[in-house]
Amino acid sequence: MAPARLGLAPPETGRAAGSPRPSRRPDRATILADFGPLGALVLLCILFAFLSPQFATWGNVRNVLDSASVLAVIAVGLTFVLLLGAIDLSIEGVMATAALSVALLVANSRNDLDFGFMGVLAAVAIGAGFGLASGLLSTGLKIPSFMTTLGMSAIGIGIATVLFGGVQPALRSPELAEWASGQWFGLTRLTYVAVAVVLIGLLVQRYTRLGRYARAIGGAEELALLSGIPVRRYKTLAFTFAGATYGLAGVMVTTQLGSGIVQAGVGQNFAAITAAVVGGTLLSGGRGGVLHSIVGVLIVTVLVNGLVLIGVSPYVQGAVQGVIVVAAVVITAWPLRKRLRVVK
Amino acid sequence: MNPDIDTTVDTAQPQGAPPVLAVRDLRKRFAETTALDGVTFEVRPHEVVGLIGENGAGKSTLLKMLVGLAQPDSGTIELRGERIKMRGIAQAGAAGIGMVFQEQSLIPNLTVAENILLGAEGPAVVGGLYRWRELRRRAQVQLDKIGSEISVDAVTESLSFADRQLVEVAKVLATEERTNAEPVVLLDEPTSVLDRDETEVLFAQIERLRTRASVVFVSHRLDEVLRVSDRVYVLRNGRTVAECVPGDVDEATLRKLMIGRDLAGSHYDEERQLPAREAVRLAVRGLTVKGVCDSIDFDLHEGEVVGIAGVQGSGREELCRSLFGALSSRSESVTMHGRPLKVRSPRAAIASDIGYVPAERRREGMVGSMSVAENITLPHISEVCAGPLLQRRKERALADEWIERLRIRTPSASAPLGSLSGGNQQKAVLARWLVSDSLRLLILDHPTRGLDVGAKTEVYQLIRDLTADGVSVLLMADSLEELIAMSHRVLVMKDGRVTEIIDAPAGAKPTPLRVLEGMV
Repeated sequence: MAPARLGLAPPETGRAAGSPRPSRRPDRATILADFGPLGALVLLCILFAFLSPQFATWGNVRNVLDSASVLAVIAVGLTFVLLLGAIDLSIEGVMATAALSVALLVANSRNDLDFGFMGVLAAVAIGAGFGLASGLLSTGLKIPSFMTTLGMSAIGIGIATVLFGGVQPALRSPELAEWASGQWFGLTRLTYVAVAVVLIGLLVQRYTRLGRYARAIGGAEELALLSGIPVRRYKTLAFTFAGATYGLAGVMVTTQLGSGIVQAGVGQNFAAITAAVVGGTLLSGGRGGVLHSIVGVLIVTVLVNGLVLIGVSPYVQGAVQGVIVVAAVVITAWPLRKRLRVVK
Repeated sequence: MNPDIDTTVDTAQPQGAPPVLAVRDLRKRFAETTALDGVTFEVRPHEVVGLIGENGAGKSTLLKMLVGLAQPDSGTIELRGERIKMRGIAQAGAAGIGMVFQEQSLIPNLTVAENILLGAEGPAVVGGLYRWRELRRRAQVQLDKIGSEISVDAVTESLSFADRQLVEVAKVLATEERTNAEPVVLLDEPTSVLDRDETEVLFAQIERLRTRASVVFVSHRLDEVLRVSDRVYVLRNGRTVAECVPGDVDEATLRKLMIGRDLAGSHYDEERQLPAREAVRLAVRGLTVKGVCDSIDFDLHEGEVVGIAGVQGSGREELCRSLFGALSSRSESVTMHGRPLKVRSPRAAIASDIGYVPAERRREGMVGSMSVAENITLPHISEVCAGPLLQRRKERALADEWIERLRIRTPSASAPLGSLSGGNQQKAVLARWLVSDSLRLLILDHPTRGLDVGAKTEVYQLIRDLTADGVSVLLMADSLEELIAMSHRVLVMKDGRVTEIIDAPAGAKPTPLRVLEGMV
């Protein structure tokens, strides 16, 4: 019966009284959130190119891309959690456990195991397991995600410390070492891994229910519920996907270092949240996306790289990064400030 | 109808003492609707003034202006002869106007004393430090004024609703010392959640208040307004339409004044109301939502619109939400086409071909940052999916089709829904449910709220078209007129029960007055 439904007669009074056609231009807030970070990235590059002759060389571009790869993988996963309006503070713990797991499962100096690529998959799966646990705890027991994920991080560090057992497992796997050192067209293989993860992230965001629902839940959770979306399931799924990316990031760091250490993820949580927010993925949820976060990752990486090149002390760099985050949050949230009436 | 009754507005008459509060010709327009269109009234010393009007008549906007939560476009507010402009409750309080809110405004985890003096601690705070003894003493003074025995040290959330209301009154009275003048106390629907005994206590309290303050009493319970007020103002469509003295008027007259002459015109498309079909679609028996709805029975036929009339707090919103599974309920039986209908979640409701358009469009009805197309397909995403992947082209085609059918004015299907006008947003929200071919029951909670006349007409036509196709509709509407005009039958609710079901066939519609009788 459907196609025949609503062969609407033109409303007699409605047309004339109708409101004017909405303008084609998106509002200022959207423009600022979408293209502001890209502009900032370009400006930053121009600035550093002026200040340091080494900045705009092929060697340095390669450097930047290489050092951005781990953070990019983390940021892809984190983006989905942030889109939901949740937060993930488990990154360092998950990376630690994944790093130790992969180091002990592939050919290494501590035991006789050698699962090769399966060891890598296992580490990623362990990461996903952590995400699943965070997601189930948050949705099932209705505990705020910052608490559950903070707890998960501590658990992850704890497990990693036990696995570490005082003797650092060094990688003895030439294939895995190739990941970090081997190059294709002048870029390390890890960079290609990162590009692949970003593409997968984009696919998930644009073409799957997870991406769509994450934005809907972050935008208006009540509506998501009233639309029959299984909100808990998709929240848990987002955390699980994020956990898997942290697991992969743990593996990547381990190949770079050549051994598994508990500190594999130190500093990455703050850096990833910084990158996402600087790129325009709002902590309040619903806005932004993978590409935004990647632009943020590049901004953060270029910033660190540039500051080193122009000779700023590494002691000062952390503070500079903090200032940038606060500034970025103020700028992206500025057009929305009237809507953020109560902030806790 | 009594046409001459509209002309009784003559508030300018000086009579006895000069007014404490004088409001002249307040006007306010929001984006698409006129909320206030010339409100004039005054409150004299030690007087209790009643303020009545239908939902949407402008009562709440007016109250907001009186405490500085909204600013008038034009018109003046004078307090004790001086024109005042207020930005926020704090300023209103400092001037001596305080409101007792319908949804209470006390902070639940603080003590009574802290709440009474919150933000106005005065000498109870010295050098940034609370002086608890002074704080308690000053709070006790306020509670003594109303003769209450509530302890100043009680944690506010441990008190009953009625007691908390008294604490709010005490809080307003605390302005007395600061302004050295008698305050104006605004009571917004103060009896709506009180039982009979508590209401009597409140009325006694109002009598007591009168000796040291002026009171504005807003309620939709006409008997109460007539009982406690010295004078009553009637608001309609954002305008003061009458000033009455309780001795001269009865409830029926007030009701007539609230509704005004029947303006029902052709824009409801009444001639297109087809008789409902024989077959019963939804049969509800003994539906109870704890504390709100009590054993509700009704049938809904195929192609029928049943309108639910009731004031706020009558339980009609909760009834609708429970039928959509968004609120848990018990019932003897709920059947659809004779088969038991189990709706434990919105997801289950949607699977049973039920759709729901909530009244709070911006919060519950749409994601403003998502595109028109994404909003439309949200509950039915599997229709535009191939396996795990969304087919964006198919989604877009579907959205384009509905944009054309419903004449949604948008630059494109990918424009953010939040950038459209209210009427077009609402059409997209409706399209979300119409997309499903198998839709059988649509629950509409104030579908025309905030829309302009043209957009309203389009929504009415859409409802007519849907029912012609056999879809059943449960409707709650902004005005009684609209509700009656659009419905085949009107279910009248009061205090969580169905008081009567009135037939409203095309050409023989009941008067709003007739419906209002069961509501208040």
